Amino acid sequence: MTLDLDLVGRSYPPSAVYEVGRAAIAQFAAAIGADDPLHRDADAARAAGHPDVIAPPTFAIVVSLEAAFVVLSDPDVGLDFSRVVHGEQKFAHHRPIRVGDRLVATTTIDAVRSVAGNDLLTTRVDLSTEDGEPVCTATSMLVARGAA
Amino acid sequence: MTLDHGDVAVGTELPELVVRVTRADLVRYAGASGDFNPIHWSDRVATSVGLPGVIAHGMFTMALAARAVTAWSGDPAALVEYHVRFGRPVVVPDDDRGAEVTVRGKVGALLEGRRARVDLTVTSDGEKVLSLARATVQLR
Repeated sequence: MTLDLDLVGRSYPPSAVYEVGRAAIAQFAAAIGADDPLHRDADAARAAGHPDVIAPPTFAIVVSLEAAFVVLSDPDVGLDFSRVVHGEQKFAHHRPIRVGDRLVATTTIDAVRSVAGNDLLTTRVDLSTEDGEPVCTATSMLVARGAA
Repeated sequence: MTLDHGDVAVGTELPELVVRVTRADLVRYAGASGDFNPIHWSDRVATSVGLPGVIAHGMFTMALAARAVTAWSGDPAALVEYHVRFGRPVVVPDDDRGAEVTVRGKVGALLEGRRARVDLTVTSDGEKVLSLARATVQLR
């Protein structure tokens, strides 16, 4: 095991603000083939009770995975990035991400484990608005395959 | 429009979703997501790290599987929790046919707060590509 158990609970400073744009949501929705008008049409979104266009459920990865990279670049963690694969992903949405959101990501190391020579690193990214309203909790488990 | 609590029972099956994934789709997803890892577009890099070829982003497959849930519930905002384990990669050949991803879902449990847990089975080429794929949907 190359990961230190003391890393569990380590938290990193909040990210810079990510402003959610209309084009970014439309482009992401098109890329995954999500044709729901709530991703493109502000009137349709308002009719459904949202203040504006909302993002597809996995759009949160755009902000959260980039934020989680602070862990991989932490010298105390020292994972060999070329051997890292995405093992698991979880989203808990407190409300949908929407156009105009100014999101801040705070990353915490939730768990480290070693299984069959592989290092498993679980990071939690709490996405909230600049004003502190919780939006999404994104948990990623990364696997660094052991050099067999 | 979200499903009503009374319309959903344990065992309710979602309409099957079949999606064809080509290299062009992977390039488009890379651009939209910001994940430019070359294993998702370069055979040279993919095979050099021991993969059988270019593979789809796990997060792309996760997004496709979510479409089966949101199409069924009628509301992308109703998907309040979503978890997957990436079991096996979706290998995408460099041709016009690409790879086929099939998403099946079934209501596995009714939860407190008028919610339902949907258990997803996601396969490509007959093999399960996501395991422990579960979505929680808020019902009316």
